[in-house]
Amino acid sequence: MGTNLVVETLYSPAHIHALSLPAWDVLLRQARRADLSARVYWVLREHDLLGSVPEKPRVYLELAWQYAERQRSAVQWELNTLWRSLQNLGIRIILLKGAAYLTANLPSAHGRILSDIDLLVPRDAIDMVERALIQDGWIATHQNAYDQRYYRQWMHEIPPLEHAKRGTVVDIHHAILPVSARIQADMNKLRMAAIPLNIPGDFAVLAPIDMVLHSAAHLFYDSELGHGLRDLVDIDALLRYYGTEAAFWEDLLHRGSTVGLSRALYYALRYSQHILNTPIPATIMAQAEIFGPPAWIRSIMDQLYLRALIPHHPSCMTLPARIANFLLFIRGHWLRMPLRLLIPHLLRKAFVPHRQA
Amino acid sequence: MKVSDLGFHHLSGLLDRGDLVLRTGPFDTTIHSPLACVHHGIATLYADFEVLQEPVFSDFHVRVAPPAGLRRWVGKQVLFHYDDEIPFKPLPQDQAFPMLEWGLNWSISTHAHQYLVIHAAAIERGGRAVIMPAPPGSGKSTLCAALIHHGWRLLSDELALLSPIDGALTPLARPVSLKNESIDIVRGFGPEIVIGPLSRDTLKGTVAHMRPPAASVRRAHETALPAWIVFPKYRLGAGAILARHVKAQTLMSLVENTFNYQALGETAFRALSHLVDRCDCYTFEYDRMERALEMFSDLSACPD
Repeated sequence: MGTNLVVETLYSPAHIHALSLPAWDVLLRQARRADLSARVYWVLREHDLLGSVPEKPRVYLELAWQYAERQRSAVQWELNTLWRSLQNLGIRIILLKGAAYLTANLPSAHGRILSDIDLLVPRDAIDMVERALIQDGWIATHQNAYDQRYYRQWMHEIPPLEHAKRGTVVDIHHAILPVSARIQADMNKLRMAAIPLNIPGDFAVLAPIDMVLHSAAHLFYDSELGHGLRDLVDIDALLRYYGTEAAFWEDLLHRGSTVGLSRALYYALRYSQHILNTPIPATIMAQAEIFGPPAWIRSIMDQLYLRALIPHHPSCMTLPARIANFLLFIRGHWLRMPLRLLIPHLLRKAFVPHRQA
Repeated sequence: MKVSDLGFHHLSGLLDRGDLVLRTGPFDTTIHSPLACVHHGIATLYADFEVLQEPVFSDFHVRVAPPAGLRRWVGKQVLFHYDDEIPFKPLPQDQAFPMLEWGLNWSISTHAHQYLVIHAAAIERGGRAVIMPAPPGSGKSTLCAALIHHGWRLLSDELALLSPIDGALTPLARPVSLKNESIDIVRGFGPEIVIGPLSRDTLKGTVAHMRPPAASVRRAHETALPAWIVFPKYRLGAGAILARHVKAQTLMSLVENTFNYQALGETAFRALSHLVDRCDCYTFEYDRMERALEMFSDLSACPD
């Protein structure tokens, strides 16, 4: 109970030689819960370890990989379709997170599974983007009045759109964090630095340092940590890939403070290094300490995040982990909503039965 | 070691603790349930199935149990858990055993993508197999139950597992699900028939399961190459009409009847195309079981 086999495998793949069949059973279930099955497959393949995996687990890891690969081509197809709906609006669409990694062919794309497609558009374009998509068969999720108000009035976002026939979900953002959040990021700077993609349509991805910052903001200001470990794996992959360039680290720190995301960046660097052994230059870690919280808060955050950034599977979710997860859930909401909205919202989430959108 | 070797008390203990690992064809499933009706259902219908003793890698981890909280005692319900997920709404507790069966079917069709999972019965004789896709109400289960007691080996009554690599069918040989009138019809086939407890008022009406023939279970590791695809339909006044079915239409029907077609994409298309190419495809309408048994017998007697 409490053994995080997924992180052990990602951190030091060779340790799979010591795994018994029941341990493989637990590893695969944890990886599945964390959406990291295909990633585990890829890491083992990169280290030439697939031959050491017993037959049944290897079959299931391969299936997960094939699923992720099929999703890759499906995403390209979806983007083509989205472009047909949006091309007349004259805006550049920035891809975020999974969709960005896949189309830009980044190392974080290997074994990456998407739950939805995240797009970033200018704030004043949100309404016309929504209208254009609804016209082409996308329907609003979260139809009930409360959720609609939550998204539109308080979070200043639109609820995710789902395609009526295909079931694909598109999440349209105009900012990295909700408008009502206590921390704000300067979106103009991020948009200006975006890098166009070589695919049909006016699509772009954030600059490397901004990708890291966005992922960090998403992870450390969000309330749902079910994908926390997966998000950390993304951050680790981005840092390893771009970190070979000398200028990257200085630019990253500088940008973090310019746009107001240095606290999130601090946590990203700290926990990526601690959990996934990301190679970060010592000088950079030392500089990043300035952006950290006071020591007593830092040690609370360590207690919380080191327990919550695990697969949310019963085999490793101990009671402390569940408590940590709950406290971070509250924190995430607190960061996004003023108190007068937060308390009623949390009460509602606790007592009103959740209906499927 | 088989389920029947365990003794009911030992079996119950394993199920209570979630330590029972049951082998059904290619899958090892860890089953967890505190409910007596599930213990009895497994003891009766899975008597001939292998139980794994040492700790292993399980393909599926399932749990059939009452919900936590008030519903445990008020309006008794049961939930199916797949690992830490709850894919379905609760059912009345007396449907716990069928829920296990439906849950196992769901587990396979949602996760076992190493096979094409076709909604069809599959039986084998003389080294060649028949795939019988059929919508509910076509009489497929009754026909299947009859055939497997007249010379045919049961591969599956519900889920035909087709390998996309070698085109062979892998057996499950699990209990045959029956509903409403077919329960009594099948009971009447002979004294060797064992039917498990009935669950009434399910979405499908009254539901029960027939224990699979021990010989079929014993040979559940033997794959078989399909030679025929037959769409059966019970129809009053039909006589016994075997008619060739256009292959292109057969392919389209199979696409519709393959649970994981979308998940497998091109692989599924190729596998089904090869299947339809190599098989003789028919529709078969019948109104008397004896004529149906004869027809299938004749089919299996045809040279390759």
